[in-house]
Amino acid sequence: MDARVLNEVNYPATSWGPPQTVSGGDNPVDVSVENVVRTFGVTPALHGVSLEIESGELVALLGPSGSGKTTLLRILAGLDIPTAGRVLFGGEDALKLTVQQRNVGLVFQNYALFRHLTVLDNIGFGLRVRPWSRRPSRKEIRRRALELLDLVQLSGLEKRYPSQLSGGQRQRVAFARALAIEPRVLLLDEPFGALDAKVRRDLRRWLLEIHNKTGHTTVFVTHDQEEALELADRVVVMSEGRIEQIGTPDQVYDAPNSPFVFSFIGESSVLPVRVEQGKIWLDESPLDLPVGDTPNGPAKLFLRPHDVEVVDHAPGAISGVVSVLRRHAGLRRVDLEVGAERNRIEIELPADLSLNLARTVAFRPRRFRLYPVASQPPRS
Amino acid sequence: MTDAAIAPLLVSESRGSLVTTEKLPVRVILITVAVVFLVLFLLLPLAAVFVEAFRAGIGAYVAAITELDALAAIRLTLLVAAIAVPANIVFGLAASWVIAKFEFKGKSVLNTLIDLPFSVSPVISGLIYVLLFGAQGYFGPYLQSHGIQIIFALPGIVLATIFVTFPFVARELVPLMQEQGTQEEEAALSLGASGWKTFFKVTLPNIRWALLYGVVLCNARAMGEFGAVSVVSGHIRGKTNTMPLHVEILYNEYSFAAAFAVASLLALLALITLVIKIGLEWRYADQIAASRRH
Amino acid sequence: MAVAQAAAARGLELKRPSAIPGFGLALGFTLTYLSLIVLIPLAALVLKSATLGFEGFWNIVTGARTLAALRLSFVTSLVAATINAVFGVIIAWVLVRYRFPGRRLLDAFVDLPFALPTAVAGIALTALYAPNGWIGSLLAPLGIKVAYTPLGITIALIFIGLPFVVRTVQPVLEELDRELEEASATLGANRRQTVFRVMLPSLLPAILTGFALALARAVGEYGSVIFIAGNLPFISEIAPLLIIIRLEEFSYPQAAAIGTAMLLISFGILLFVHLVQAWQRRRFGHD
Repeated sequence: MDARVLNEVNYPATSWGPPQTVSGGDNPVDVSVENVVRTFGVTPALHGVSLEIESGELVALLGPSGSGKTTLLRILAGLDIPTAGRVLFGGEDALKLTVQQRNVGLVFQNYALFRHLTVLDNIGFGLRVRPWSRRPSRKEIRRRALELLDLVQLSGLEKRYPSQLSGGQRQRVAFARALAIEPRVLLLDEPFGALDAKVRRDLRRWLLEIHNKTGHTTVFVTHDQEEALELADRVVVMSEGRIEQIGTPDQVYDAPNSPFVFSFIGESSVLPVRVEQGKIWLDESPLDLPVGDTPNGPAKLFLRPHDVEVVDHAPGAISGVVSVLRRHAGLRRVDLEVGAERNRIEIELPADLSLNLARTVAFRPRRFRLYPVASQPPRS
Repeated sequence: MTDAAIAPLLVSESRGSLVTTEKLPVRVILITVAVVFLVLFLLLPLAAVFVEAFRAGIGAYVAAITELDALAAIRLTLLVAAIAVPANIVFGLAASWVIAKFEFKGKSVLNTLIDLPFSVSPVISGLIYVLLFGAQGYFGPYLQSHGIQIIFALPGIVLATIFVTFPFVARELVPLMQEQGTQEEEAALSLGASGWKTFFKVTLPNIRWALLYGVVLCNARAMGEFGAVSVVSGHIRGKTNTMPLHVEILYNEYSFAAAFAVASLLALLALITLVIKIGLEWRYADQIAASRRH
Repeated sequence: MAVAQAAAARGLELKRPSAIPGFGLALGFTLTYLSLIVLIPLAALVLKSATLGFEGFWNIVTGARTLAALRLSFVTSLVAATINAVFGVIIAWVLVRYRFPGRRLLDAFVDLPFALPTAVAGIALTALYAPNGWIGSLLAPLGIKVAYTPLGITIALIFIGLPFVVRTVQPVLEELDRELEEASATLGANRRQTVFRVMLPSLLPAILTGFALALARAVGEYGSVIFIAGNLPFISEIAPLLIIIRLEEFSYPQAAAIGTAMLLISFGILLFVHLVQAWQRRRFGHD
């Protein structure tokens, strides 16, 4: 769907004059991050990160704490300046612009609503602080704010104060406030982190609706991989200041390109193996699994616990001794001790399979990934 | 590693300070204004005390503070504090015990009553005792006929001082003890300790720094109280003059240097109080009440 | 305790049952102490004023000299508290938000008026602002007289009240969420707009509370003012001094009346503080 058409349906043409920003209009823009580095003193938070975001895309920056995702978001917002690198909005240098000039909408995890202002005044804030030449009339601001209130489905609450709203409502007001300035890019910093699980799920759905309606280029930061996979057009998996992988949710789930991505997204079990003579070796026996183009040497076999099938001691399967059995809804979680070193892995099997402790189970992963064990020194 | 062509001059080393502070010229102006204001209104008077105290030379200074009436005033001040402060400690402990460890109706009234002296003018604090025990007070005739002197004597001074200073200890203890809750005491009791043992071995150690803090403030105010004591004391030289009153007498007699000399002792006490106060706040901030309200 | 049990049996919970001992003893001691030290003496004050009857009370309080004294105390306190509110916020701001050499020392110093005996402050200020004093001598050629005028009183009250504002505003300023400022900036507000539209409004309850506390303290202040005030009736005589004069004349009811009037003013200010805090709790929500 053409984002611009949708825009006009929901955002009636404004008559406030061109924004002060470098590129004009209320069209969403594409975002370009080129080799951005950010060090704090001697501690590097970002190691030269590059990223292309298309206009209208909903992108998730996913990673554990310390991965640099929030730092990157703040650099995009203008709340931080990179030590090196470039950031472009719609082809123009965004780093030359101050926070005020960048026209980004930022939504915080803890809402950051102005508690002394009503909901309506909060939403209209960005319009009221514009310089005279660009400031709409009071009536226009009010009309606009009410419209946005409607968009976020909170009509009727305009006179309330933030303290009188629930967490989910506050976050929606924060959204409306960010949308009011017609941002070129919408940046969300763990927007649902402070909310209950149920509210979080509802708001995820709601965010997708809003995004489809308004079509802003949106970047959101999260450590919740479920959220990222559910919402994003593309996921940027980050770890320790670097981008591990960029891809669609399917791509990062089904084809993770590193052990980190594999284990961070979805569940995983790992087995240390060797690649030799074109086969995968577990202890002294070869596995009946394709090697692909993995080089010889030690490697790690990653598999998803539920992506296995039990076989009857066929050679080439992975076999292990049951050490723990756990019931898990309609399935059974089984801890197996595999191989001479009794490596522990976890797999998921149908509950109706008869299993006892100390029994031997053989299985074959339906899908798996093989990553060579890095023999280089750790990345600096 | 750094791309020299790009590194902006504004790159900050700390996170998040980019938009949350003012431009440098504004900061400089504000700091200057604040410093000038503080120096003018706070520092200069303090300096004046010491400068004026030594204006007539060290000899005069020493003479002023060792003169008989001055010594009597010092003795009386110390005596009053020695009575008032311990009394207020006991009160503070009792009141905070009751407020913090129990739930009962009327608790907020009690809290308000404890804060009362802070809202009452020192002169009124003395006035009320004169109205009770003065010559024409409610108990005046009774006291006279029994030869008991409260006003214009030590008891009156002690009473007025207690009134003015009793909130200090309680106010430091109540919020802290409320924060600490009753769990440790309940644990001790369940282990078989008696009430007093629990109090001395469990409660007291938890509040000792806040207690010290309150005592220091209470003492400073007790020794320095002027208005309330002035009303009840009668200004009898050598007998019912505390140090602040003695300062007043000397000043009114135009013995300026002597007045400042005695005042300098009080100022020194104030500085020591400040030092202890700051020291306690730095080291034991978490064990001193959540409220910093005075 | 039997009383508590009986009360509880009737459905009245005066006190929640507790295993912790000492309630009776501690409460008894506390209430006795308070009664003896506070309640009974204050009752005496009110009673004594009551003996005048309402009309008598009113006449005394609105008598020309009394009125002048009350007005002087109140007006100078108001001016001093206002000045303290403005500069107190600046000082709190500077101490919380900036780093500069000597900041910690300055911070410690703000508490000086709390610790310094009022009489010492009184003579020191007089020494500074008297016509031959350090500052007074600088102002005299300009025709500005400070000591022995209401201006001097105001300056003494500024000294007394400053820590109230600073110490009330400081913790609130420290807790102020930086994200609010960042949000404001991303919405397009420049620094001045952020400070005046977002931060100061959030500080308003604390500023008002500090202002009111400084005001309450100043209205009743005696020791630091009595030396620098001229003590001329109708011109530079503060209300507490008038009370003392009446006492020395043995006009106890009159003294009591003025005292009660001052007490009412103080309570009015306290009530204001409570209302501000209740408003704040309602508007901003519990934190």
